[in-house]
Amino acid sequence: MRSGRDPCAFSRMDLFTRKKVQPTEPILIPHGELTFLTKQEILMAHKIFSELQDRENGPYSSRVSMEKIHTLPELKSNPFRKRICHVFSTSDMKDGSLSFEDFLDLLSAFSDSATLEIKSHYAFRIFDFDDDGTLDARDLEKLVNSLTGETDDTRLTGEEMRQLISNILEESDIDKDGTVNLSEFQHVISRSPDFVSSFKIVL
Amino acid sequence: MPRHKLIASESDVRIEVDEGKDNEFSLYYVEVEENSKGGKEKQATRDGKRRRERNGEVSRRRASEKRSTEMSNKRAEKKHEKHHKTTRKEGEKHRKKQRRNADEEEAEEESSKEKKNIKNERTKTLKLEDEKEKDVKKKRKKHVKNEEDDANPGKTKQKDCQDVALKEKKKKRKKPETTSESESNSDSESKDNQAVGVLGSLTPEELEKLKEAVDERKKLITTLKGKPWPMKKKLVILRESQEFVEKYEGALGKGKGRKLYAYKVMMMKKWMKFQRDLENFKTACIPWEMKIKEIESHFGSSVASYFIFLRWMYGINMILFGLTFGLVMVPEALMGKPYGSMSRKTVPREEEASAMNFAVLWDFGGYAKYSVLFYGYYNNQRAIGWLKFRMPLSYFLVGVGTVAYSYMVVIRTMARNANEEGGGDDTSFNFSWKTFTSWDYLIGNPETADNKFACITTSFKEAIVEEQESKKDDNIHLTRFLRVLANFLVLCCLAGSGYLIYFVVRRSQKFALEGLENYGWWERNEVNMVMSLLGMFCPMLFDVISTLENYHPRIALQWQLGRIFALFLGNLYTFIIALMDAIQLKRAEEEIVKKNMTIWQANLYNGTMPDNSTALPITVHPGDVPRGPCWETMVGQEFVRLIISDTMTTYITLLIGDFLRAVLVRFLNNCWCWDLEYGFPSYSEFDVSGNVLGLIFNQGMIWMGAFYAPCLPALNLLRLHVSMYLQCWAVMCCNVPQERVFKASGSSNFYMAMLLVILFLSTLPAIYTIVSIPPSFDCGPFSGKNRMLDVIQETLETDFPAWFGKVFSYASNPGLVLPFLLLLVLAIYYLQSTSKTYKRVNMELKKKLQTQNEENKKKNKLAALKTANELEQARKAGEQHSNSASDLGENTQNSEPPVSSTHTTTRPPASRGHTASGHLPGHPQQPQKNSHSNRR
Repeated sequence: MRSGRDPCAFSRMDLFTRKKVQPTEPILIPHGELTFLTKQEILMAHKIFSELQDRENGPYSSRVSMEKIHTLPELKSNPFRKRICHVFSTSDMKDGSLSFEDFLDLLSAFSDSATLEIKSHYAFRIFDFDDDGTLDARDLEKLVNSLTGETDDTRLTGEEMRQLISNILEESDIDKDGTVNLSEFQHVISRSPDFVSSFKIVL
Repeated sequence: MPRHKLIASESDVRIEVDEGKDNEFSLYYVEVEENSKGGKEKQATRDGKRRRERNGEVSRRRASEKRSTEMSNKRAEKKHEKHHKTTRKEGEKHRKKQRRNADEEEAEEESSKEKKNIKNERTKTLKLEDEKEKDVKKKRKKHVKNEEDDANPGKTKQKDCQDVALKEKKKKRKKPETTSESESNSDSESKDNQAVGVLGSLTPEELEKLKEAVDERKKLITTLKGKPWPMKKKLVILRESQEFVEKYEGALGKGKGRKLYAYKVMMMKKWMKFQRDLENFKTACIPWEMKIKEIESHFGSSVASYFIFLRWMYGINMILFGLTFGLVMVPEALMGKPYGSMSRKTVPREEEASAMNFAVLWDFGGYAKYSVLFYGYYNNQRAIGWLKFRMPLSYFLVGVGTVAYSYMVVIRTMARNANEEGGGDDTSFNFSWKTFTSWDYLIGNPETADNKFACITTSFKEAIVEEQESKKDDNIHLTRFLRVLANFLVLCCLAGSGYLIYFVVRRSQKFALEGLENYGWWERNEVNMVMSLLGMFCPMLFDVISTLENYHPRIALQWQLGRIFALFLGNLYTFIIALMDAIQLKRAEEEIVKKNMTIWQANLYNGTMPDNSTALPITVHPGDVPRGPCWETMVGQEFVRLIISDTMTTYITLLIGDFLRAVLVRFLNNCWCWDLEYGFPSYSEFDVSGNVLGLIFNQGMIWMGAFYAPCLPALNLLRLHVSMYLQCWAVMCCNVPQERVFKASGSSNFYMAMLLVILFLSTLPAIYTIVSIPPSFDCGPFSGKNRMLDVIQETLETDFPAWFGKVFSYASNPGLVLPFLLLLVLAIYYLQSTSKTYKRVNMELKKKLQTQNEENKKKNKLAALKTANELEQARKAGEQHSNSASDLGENTQNSEPPVSSTHTTTRPPASRGHTASGHLPGHPQQPQKNSHSNRR
């Protein structure tokens, strides 16, 4: 048996030639190996994605802009929607636009069966607002501000914010360098009882 | 597909090499091919191209030389010595081949040595190169790779374009694996259809290596989806690995073994798929998942935790119901004697008239009382039906089994929860968890999102206040006094409610003795109503009292829960004690009936047939036979009534307290003088703690009463089912989210602990009655026995061989049981002390880690300072001397730490510890930065 001659998985898996394929045709990715999604979920994702593509005004492109992605109800009220798009985007322009592969990456990381490791990795990058690989006090402040919402009555005062950030750093900054790095972050997250269940997006 | 093109161009190269023409042209051709590739690939190839350009003519020529040697080597192996001289930087496989041809055994022996040599040689040559070209650091790595690639012309170009992607992977992979891989790759360069033949000529050692490589690839494939890389890269790696595996996996085995191997692989895949499907199916089967999700997205996890708890209870009751229904009720109904055949199975004559009245049935009297629903209906016949079903034994075992099962489930769940909480340091990451994990990404509703924002803010503020409060303490005397006062008041309440219940129960017994028919509805249901009302109003009273105490909300909540718990428990136990009294009364009554019975029987026989005892017994209608009061049925009935009235009160409070209030507030708000929605009545909150306690006590009553009324689990199942829908609806339509939030995950074990306590307390009286009170003489499966326990002994004596009974009696000898108990206690003690030790060791390790990290940090700071100084000096020197230092100067302007030979150590400690911590594998910026600094 020449293993893996599954037509679904291999016949048209070449994404580099994707442009030549009809855009409406679902692109079948070897789902079992590359994502945590099932075949149905990928088809569903493709449907949603191509709808978004159709709504894109201007010339046809394989990418969907960040604004369009944000119209999805699942992301509409998420305070981290911009960060999510930026993290998963592979665009050269750094505009947060997503290709279909990026979109699948996103869904896979947020899927039910994704591991804690991958979830915490992406969570870290979402929270890392300045993309410098560590969560410093400024990142944490931005993070807390996103969590408390934009309105003034829910926002924390400066004093509270300082207290909060120093407390966070005291807890999770194990090596006391003033920032939280990925391994520290994962250490904290892995003990949290409800991270895996809340870090989910279902289409 | 670009790869085909590449291969085609490769073959062009081959041809040209074979013809001995200049290689430059062909390589250029390849590059052109590459340039003409699709836009997407451009990015990937750019890096490789740049590198090649930088390498310049030298490396290009070398590569082509190598290729040419490779080819000719294959064609005419005799000439290889000459080629060896010209190409000393040959890939290691090539070398091996030569060696093998020369002396195969030697090659095997020295293969490890060989590897080292080659590495050395490689680095040597590279160093030579370094001198020629300035910007090297990065390139060195690439050169190593380049050589490996070059050793493998069949894949070179493909690899080139994948180089960027592969960089990460190769870094991760260990050195020996890389070499073995390149080796096998270079093997693969011999024609595909000859792969097996080549493999056949391989030494076992190499085969082993190949196998390892294949396994490595396979592992990579399975773990690929767990890697945080962009899809494109994953795809490239997957394709490459799969090709590799495909090529060699089949070839590894031979003949039959090969087929078996392939079959195994196929089965493995099928099995994986099956498991995945099963998992999907399992999650699809969880009931009410969507309902709970919906509630969760509106009200947060604490309210949802109640419903999850309810669902869990439903599951347990399902099992209990299955046991009692399948093993007790159905067999008796199908195979036992039918209704009306015995006195215990017939409604007595005097009750017959009212037996079908709704009021009577509602109280579970009349026909309901004389049915499988209650203990009294069951017959004491040892075996019933054609199955010889041991009814009394089954009844007893099911009674014990339900309790045992409940214990097991509760304790197992508690243990699992404790595990998930992660070793007990629950509060150590309080703030971090609040920040990092509090957002629920499932929230898709803007309104809910606003709620969540507010909720998170309050939780932050609460946590901060808590933190501050833990550091200060105010007027301790006043608070102490108030707390004592509050507790005193609560105690008074509890005592009062206890006395009230006792009083009511006694009164109801008086009513019962005088005959219930003379009294109205209230007198008949007084006990249940008083209990329900107490359960409704006392918690409110406690709430008012607890404001005196000035505790922190969470602690206050725990006190509140504890008090309600005490109240319920007190009520329940008063009820039980009163029931015990009732049992004693019934038993006294039974004694009288027994005496009367003998007189009645004597009269019956004497009156009609004095001597003929062998003739058919006189047929008396079973309804007319005098009977005992059957206290077991009475107990069962009491519990069933209690459950029913409890359920009714819950539902009615739900409807009035929540629904009606919501309706009034909603519609009267338009014509009222103050704002009802935000003012006094407002909408009700969902009271998680009260509801959970209600559920727990309800379950306790089930456990207590299930032995005497097998219908209780079924009733409870019905109740839970209805509550699920009713409460879901009520929550969604007329409640507002709580202001006082408490963490759901932490409280689940608190619920479980309460459940366990209740389970224990409710099994106590049940066990007491089973063990110490003799059963009624004329009803139930144990009638005629001294104790209910005797059924076990009877079974042992009659159904098992004699030796079994003997063994059992020896085993139950106190001389054996006591040591066994002692052993158990010792084991528990031992386990507990070891777990304590582990905990302590854990804490110590944590401390150690922390101090070590601090030390490291200090060291790093020192080193960084030193290098910074050095760099400063170097820069100054450089500025004075030449423009070559501009490179360095630019470097210091970057935010990156100063670069020198100690570069890696001067980086922030972020890069230590985890392999993935310093450079984020999928990070778009980080690797570039790294490479940036490396190159310099």
